[in-house]
Amino acid sequence: MIFERRLLSRDRGAGVLEKLWHIPWSFVLLLCAVAAVGYVALLSAGSGNPEAYAQKHAIRFGFGLVLMLSIALVDIRLIARFAWLGYLAAVALLALVLLHGNIGKGAQRWIDLGPVQLQPSELMKIMLVLALASWFHRASWERVGNPLFLIPPALAVLLPVGLILKQPNLGTALITAMVGAAVFWAAGVRWWKFAGLAGLAAIAAPIAYERLHDYQRARITTFLDPESDPLGAGYNIIQSKIALGSGGLWGKGFLQGTQGHLNFLPEKQTDFIFTMIAEEFGLVGALTTLALLMLLVAFCYLVAFRSRHQFGRLLAVGLGTNYFLYVFVNVAMVTGSIPVGGVPLPLISHGGSAMLTVMLGFGLLLSVHVHRDAEMGPMRE
Amino acid sequence: MIWRPWTRSGVLGRERTVRKEEERRRGIFTRRAAALGVVQLGAFAFLGSRLYRLQIEEGARYATLAEENRVSARLFAPPRGRILDRNGKVVAGNRLNWRALLVAEQTADVAATLETFSRIVPLADHERARIEREIRRNRRFVPVVLREALTWEEMARIEVNAPDLPGISVDMGTTRIYPEAEDLAHVVGYVAAPAERDADDDPLLQLPGIRVGRAGVERHHDRILRGRAGTVEVEVNAVGRVIRELDRREGIPGQDVQLSVDAGLQKAIRAKIQDGTTAVLLDARNGEVLAMATKPSFDPNIFNAGVSAAQWRQWTAARSTPLINKATNGLYAPGSTFKMIVALAALEARVCRPGDIVHCPGHMDFGNNRFHCHNRAGHGGMNMRTAIMASCDVYFYEMAKRVGMDRIAAMANRFGLGVDLEIELPGARRGLVPTRAWRQAQGKPWSIGDTIVHGIGQGFYQITPLSLAVMTARLATGRAVQPHLTRAIGGRPVRGSQPEDWPSLGIPEADLRLIREAMWGVVNGGGTAGASRLPPQYGQMAGKTGTTQVRRVSREQRERGFNVNALPREWRPHALFVAYAPHDNPLFALSVVVEHGTSGSGAAAPLARDIMIEAFQRLAPPRQGQRVADAGR
Repeated sequence: MIFERRLLSRDRGAGVLEKLWHIPWSFVLLLCAVAAVGYVALLSAGSGNPEAYAQKHAIRFGFGLVLMLSIALVDIRLIARFAWLGYLAAVALLALVLLHGNIGKGAQRWIDLGPVQLQPSELMKIMLVLALASWFHRASWERVGNPLFLIPPALAVLLPVGLILKQPNLGTALITAMVGAAVFWAAGVRWWKFAGLAGLAAIAAPIAYERLHDYQRARITTFLDPESDPLGAGYNIIQSKIALGSGGLWGKGFLQGTQGHLNFLPEKQTDFIFTMIAEEFGLVGALTTLALLMLLVAFCYLVAFRSRHQFGRLLAVGLGTNYFLYVFVNVAMVTGSIPVGGVPLPLISHGGSAMLTVMLGFGLLLSVHVHRDAEMGPMRE
Repeated sequence: MIWRPWTRSGVLGRERTVRKEEERRRGIFTRRAAALGVVQLGAFAFLGSRLYRLQIEEGARYATLAEENRVSARLFAPPRGRILDRNGKVVAGNRLNWRALLVAEQTADVAATLETFSRIVPLADHERARIEREIRRNRRFVPVVLREALTWEEMARIEVNAPDLPGISVDMGTTRIYPEAEDLAHVVGYVAAPAERDADDDPLLQLPGIRVGRAGVERHHDRILRGRAGTVEVEVNAVGRVIRELDRREGIPGQDVQLSVDAGLQKAIRAKIQDGTTAVLLDARNGEVLAMATKPSFDPNIFNAGVSAAQWRQWTAARSTPLINKATNGLYAPGSTFKMIVALAALEARVCRPGDIVHCPGHMDFGNNRFHCHNRAGHGGMNMRTAIMASCDVYFYEMAKRVGMDRIAAMANRFGLGVDLEIELPGARRGLVPTRAWRQAQGKPWSIGDTIVHGIGQGFYQITPLSLAVMTARLATGRAVQPHLTRAIGGRPVRGSQPEDWPSLGIPEADLRLIREAMWGVVNGGGTAGASRLPPQYGQMAGKTGTTQVRRVSREQRERGFNVNALPREWRPHALFVAYAPHDNPLFALSVVVEHGTSGSGAAAPLARDIMIEAFQRLAPPRQGQRVADAGR
């Protein structure tokens, strides 16, 4: 078992080889398995032609692995020190995208960085977790109970959420807020504060609905009754459910998915990749994929419980929740359980931005694991 | 607890406090993280159950939906069967034509697209009305034909302007073509786009540009001609493009229908007749219709593109009723051509013997009425034969009075008058031979005076030229031949082409022989149609003239000296002639009705002779002996 291995020396002078030894390679193997599922699915999405999507996916994953392992070797204390700098950089990028971002699907979401298009909102979530973890990691229980102490981190959450809403991208804004809330929760913010916030949200929701964009409202109404407009906004959900349902227990077989290959399934290589898997490999394939993704999330929790410093714990839980939300929102979306939103299934979906940010996150997670016994300084009042 | 270095706890206490505090924080974190983890685990379980529900519980339903998505069944129309004349000449065929189609759902604005189209290919108002009606009636993805029979130039202009014509495409279809045009219109009928009332279970009717028979043989044999739609199951992608063919079931092409009509003969007869004239020529032996000519007529090809409102008004408003087949739907009093029926009824009822003499003084008095003979001077003593030859009215007044109307009507019905002849022409009238019961059903009494008038074929009769021809054929053969137009379907002959296919009428041969001899005498023995003898090489024709008043001639007019030729044309009597030939071996039975022709012997009989000569020349040339050529077999 990987967790039996212990870092011999707790000081920051541990050698690279020693750190590499402490990287949990079974987790890396798990990641590779998930990426392989993505490779197969993208091969199918490209009608068996690897050049369409699958090859790029493999190359990106390779880069992602290198990035992840590099970050894993960076001392967690160094990461903690620059947490807020990263946060500010991500906010700056978000602001930049609002001013100069490329228009994609009616929203300003992308920044063109030459070879890759960066979606700053993805990066933002990681940086937000980092910043919040660093804010809370030395705070005692009493201190966390102090409402004044919570104002700066709350603003740190609201600022990017507001910017993402402005894009506009309701789904990602909500996910970002939820990731932030997860760190608040894990840090020990009193539960009644969450209850109060939830109550406030319930009151505010109807007012917010009024202010939503038409396409956002359409998503909600189609979610409530997808058959109401089968050729319009409900088309994606209906076709996705048909594809899923027709997969049955064992699926139609690799490259045999009619819904996907006859293009009834929209965006099968990105948002609806899970549907593609479920159609061709059935419930068995879908649950296997889901189980692998669940193991990834579970690993985040294991890292959190193993960490001897609060920074690591909060970071691991935040990153785990982030990845969990990707998976949950995406799969719930394609099964028609929640309104459709453009949320990819990282490591499986085609697309560089989500993949790289997720790998960056896992790099931080591994760094937490490798440096789980590091001294992070004293607790503060 | 917070560490305060100035308190007594000191450094040791500080370390302990920090560790305790750390332990507490870690405990809280563990509980909170565990709760979060459980929530997330629950969420995964929810997703799993959702997948189970979709893929297993509702899997079958979604599998069906996926199949429906994927598979699209399309119909394709088989070629419509042709209609041939007895010699195999095509009288209704198919011609390839390029047509413009519009799929309504592929254009954002149907009206604007039509407007653009009509600037390239002008559309008449009635065409536009039809297009709009079809777009309304059909589902939006069903192509609607905008215009058939496009010229190369029109096609080129459509193709060039394709970007401005969303949803419009050009494809190749077939169009019905009638080479005989007006000459056979009433027999062959025509096709037109199916109306709502035509909609039946046949999926073919949904195809764009499909035509169904609307009149004549086209309508009667519509199902045979139409064939059965073929289906092809194709796999389509989301935008409807065909990926591959999964299954194909060939349709059954429409079968060819061969008619007994001789198109050339029909044309020749129509060239001889004038507006208002009808001639029906049957093969006397089996009832096959050889020609059924009437004027005026219409061009059935016009129905292909759709008939304009103006054209339709012109056709329906015309007094000459070009759309109506007067052979089957024109109703006339038979006049003296009916006298054979009265004679047979009298013989069968044994109210007279053939040799019995009736004296004709030029009129007959009954009650307070005087019934005139056409010969004011009177014919003198008449027996049955001479009465038919001279068409003596008084003789038949007397016979009718003796037999009574009901027995006359029964005999008329046996000869095909006033009954449904089941000809393959939808809408054909059965006509009317009045009976006492019929009159009483109208709440009017039937008097013997009525019977007397009906004895010479005047009165309430409504007789079609077709049924007069049938009567003549039955007189000539003694068999209950039925008129029919169909000789073969799909190359297989239909029953009815042999005389033996038809039962005997059950009239004593001696009676029939007497009538036939009288009819022979009408033409060849110094009777009313003596001027219309056939040239000897064709044998001899037997016949009977008829002249029916369309207006009552008043006593005043009669006494002033009545000259029909001074009357306006539409007041002049109709001229009728029925005939069969050759007398000794009947091949042809013919009826001719010349509206306002004034006199049967003057107008109808000479025309009948010309038609007979034409028939002999075309179907039974004298050198080959006395047989109808079976060229069509």
